[in-house]
Amino acid sequence: MALEGKANAALCLHRFGVGPRAGSIEAITSDPRGALMAEIDAPDAGRISDPTLLTSAEGARAAFKFRQEQRAQRLAARTAREDGAAKTGDGSAAPDMKAPDAASAAPAIAPPNPGPGLPQRLYLAEARARIHAALEAKIGFAERLVWFWSNHFCVSADKGNVRPICGAYEREAIRAHALGRFGDMLLAVESHPAMLVYLDNARSIGPDSMAGMRQKRGLNENLAREILELHTLGVRTVYTQEDVTGFAKVITGWTLVPPRQDSARAGEFQFNPRMHEPGAQSVIGKSYPEGGAEQGRTVLAALARHPTTAKHVAAKLARHFVADEPPDALVQRLAKRFLDTDGNLKELAKTLVTAPEAWDPTRAKLKRPSEWIVGALRAGGTLAPDIGPVMQAQNLLGEPLWRPSAPKGFADESGPWLDGLSQRVDIANQLARRMPAEADPREMFEEALGPIASSETRQAITRAESRPQALALLFMAPEFQRR
Amino acid sequence: MTMHAPTRRELLLASGTLFAWAYAPRLARAEGRDPRFLVVVLRGALDGLAAVAPVGDPEWQRLRGDKALMPSGASAALPLDSFFALNPAMPNLHRLYKSGAATIVHATATPYRERSHFDGQDVLESGLGSPGAADSGWLNRALASLQPAGRVTGGGKDAFAIGPIAPLVVRGPAPVLSWTPRRLPPASDDTLTRVLDLYRHTDPMLARALEERLGLATIARAGGMDGQQPRAAGAGQVRAYFAESAGMAAKFLARPDGPRIGALAFDGWDTHADEGVMSGRLANLLAALDGAIAAIESEMKETWRDTVVAVITEFGRTAHINGTDGTDHGTATVALLAGGALKGGRVVADWPGLKPANLHEGRDLKPTTDLRGVLKGVLKDHLRVDEAVLASKVFPESGRVKPVAGLLA
Repeated sequence: MALEGKANAALCLHRFGVGPRAGSIEAITSDPRGALMAEIDAPDAGRISDPTLLTSAEGARAAFKFRQEQRAQRLAARTAREDGAAKTGDGSAAPDMKAPDAASAAPAIAPPNPGPGLPQRLYLAEARARIHAALEAKIGFAERLVWFWSNHFCVSADKGNVRPICGAYEREAIRAHALGRFGDMLLAVESHPAMLVYLDNARSIGPDSMAGMRQKRGLNENLAREILELHTLGVRTVYTQEDVTGFAKVITGWTLVPPRQDSARAGEFQFNPRMHEPGAQSVIGKSYPEGGAEQGRTVLAALARHPTTAKHVAAKLARHFVADEPPDALVQRLAKRFLDTDGNLKELAKTLVTAPEAWDPTRAKLKRPSEWIVGALRAGGTLAPDIGPVMQAQNLLGEPLWRPSAPKGFADESGPWLDGLSQRVDIANQLARRMPAEADPREMFEEALGPIASSETRQAITRAESRPQALALLFMAPEFQRR
Repeated sequence: MTMHAPTRRELLLASGTLFAWAYAPRLARAEGRDPRFLVVVLRGALDGLAAVAPVGDPEWQRLRGDKALMPSGASAALPLDSFFALNPAMPNLHRLYKSGAATIVHATATPYRERSHFDGQDVLESGLGSPGAADSGWLNRALASLQPAGRVTGGGKDAFAIGPIAPLVVRGPAPVLSWTPRRLPPASDDTLTRVLDLYRHTDPMLARALEERLGLATIARAGGMDGQQPRAAGAGQVRAYFAESAGMAAKFLARPDGPRIGALAFDGWDTHADEGVMSGRLANLLAALDGAIAAIESEMKETWRDTVVAVITEFGRTAHINGTDGTDHGTATVALLAGGALKGGRVVADWPGLKPANLHEGRDLKPTTDLRGVLKGVLKDHLRVDEAVLASKVFPESGRVKPVAGLLA
């Protein structure tokens, strides 16, 4: 039995969007479902268009150049120091007076702090763009879907070469297809340099390939396994170790043009036939003939269509939006829709939001740190927050942006996130103190929670000892923590 | 706007000329002074009777029982005069009082008579007679009114606030610079308690999760907290935050080329339960405030003799203790003044008495001095703000409230 009117609209914004802001509950009260669908029907839904952001290839090349420059600087500094030392060790009686040239030749040992390096600057610029998109969105359903798929197909910026390009990866491989076809997203993801580097496929060499026969290095199964286990079929389902190895051989040669290469395509995907394992391979009971990169594309297409993939994806989607243990009927319905539409993700999203189970008033899920923080910023009306504190808060709460600890991505169940609940109080306090000065907690409360808030929550906010405390209580209220 | 503590060089670069941020009220300068004024807002309603106890009032001990500070005994209050004594958590303020560099004002309040924190703070800081759409504070308007009368400028900033958001009192037409301490304070124990309380009433799962992570062993049902405080640590952090903020404000105000007027706000004073007058929450807060005043004195160095610090709060608390060893929202309270520019060493109070008939609405200390008069007195005699301007622009429609005279040396 769903909620009615404004309460249902408020639920919609918290559960499917990135949280209400002034006027947003009112704006969709007449038809929350319709509003959700309208948002994802918009032609540029889920996209970010920002001409200042670099492509992943540009980012990779820039990062490479940056590291070269740093290395050269360090080398020059060391050489100068050594020269200086050599000169003063030359038998001069009073080195501090007798060798002014050497002293001035050596640059300052510690140059002034230049701030974060280029990879970090690119990472932060992308983070800013992402937060901005979430704050600008009407509802944020498209954003939530992007975040979902980005976590499903996660990479980690903790790997040095991934950091400068992980934001571009999200834009190029995820945003471009989040409302398109699963098969297209799968192909874009698995051929993206960020993924190929993150899961080591860029260095994977077929044992019988031209390169394999010359060098001692060989097959790396990491990406192939994660594609089967995490991205498509799901863990412990229909694949065997042989399938993993076979698939790994299929995608040997899927690599990138090294950023250091003097080429217009440096940093882009490249199929390298010299690394590719020759011959047909068997994956999940089917034989795939030799065919260069096409061999891998065909396997991916088959995986995208597999009923087990449909079930896996459906369950994950339902678990993320609705409940840790989603109703089986909902999962079945989503899986069927996935197969019937050949993996049309927009249709899948629509099936989700038209399902009655998805509108259950019980708010069983806990917002993830990223969702909760953005929700607070939206409630406060900020449009361009300081990115530093936002990143710090996410780090502290265990969800550092684009840095999951494993390819599985950040947890979708609520359990693990409860651990950070006491830290959320401190973060709420800090968020509250950064809110715009005109922020009226009582107004903000009505616009963000009003229709779904308990009288106890309303009272707690009214009785707060100061505005900042009232805002902190708003952000900590159970109705604000849950969706 | 926020920036990290600027170096002297940055200050000069930003301002363009040496005196760009210097402000010298012409009349005061003519007298050979360079006054500084720092406003400290205590949010949450400070219990004036627990900070400065009317030990000479015959009703006092009966009123507060074992929570009544007395001049002798275990937690002996520090004597101010024959009638009043200061909470022993504030030895620095006591020292300043004794040397004539501090004045206590008691039984004072703004014209606001409801008891909402937000509205009370609005009235306290806006300088208006009632809550409403306030978008500027009396301090900023006072500053703005002095501008035509001889401000040395180059386009710099006039007032200064600590914290990411400038308190209302210092917002307005005159431009303000803010400074954020490197580390924002952690959520107060009070905030944590309120969150836990809310969860216990509405979301047992979150309550359990929060308690577990705070290391509490049992859930206290029915009857509330049973005296279980979420965190013992925190007093040290509060003390450090108060001292750092106040010290930094003073550093800026003390600079020859720095701003002259500043404001900062401290939270945590809403002591509804387990007030802890002699040891515990309020005592810790007062000790932290005392440390902040000492830090200001120390950082102002020789400019302390030209300084006034005004510590104000939105209203006081109930005369009686409530059922949870605390106090609820009240009316009249104290205001504390400190600084070398004061003619101090006295308590300014028209004492209303503590008999039930003397209490405001039978529950609160009755206000007998309008706080605006005290602030007007400082603004007029310290900064030379014109009295007519005080009555019309700075504290609108306050013609009947006379500036308290004789506060300044």
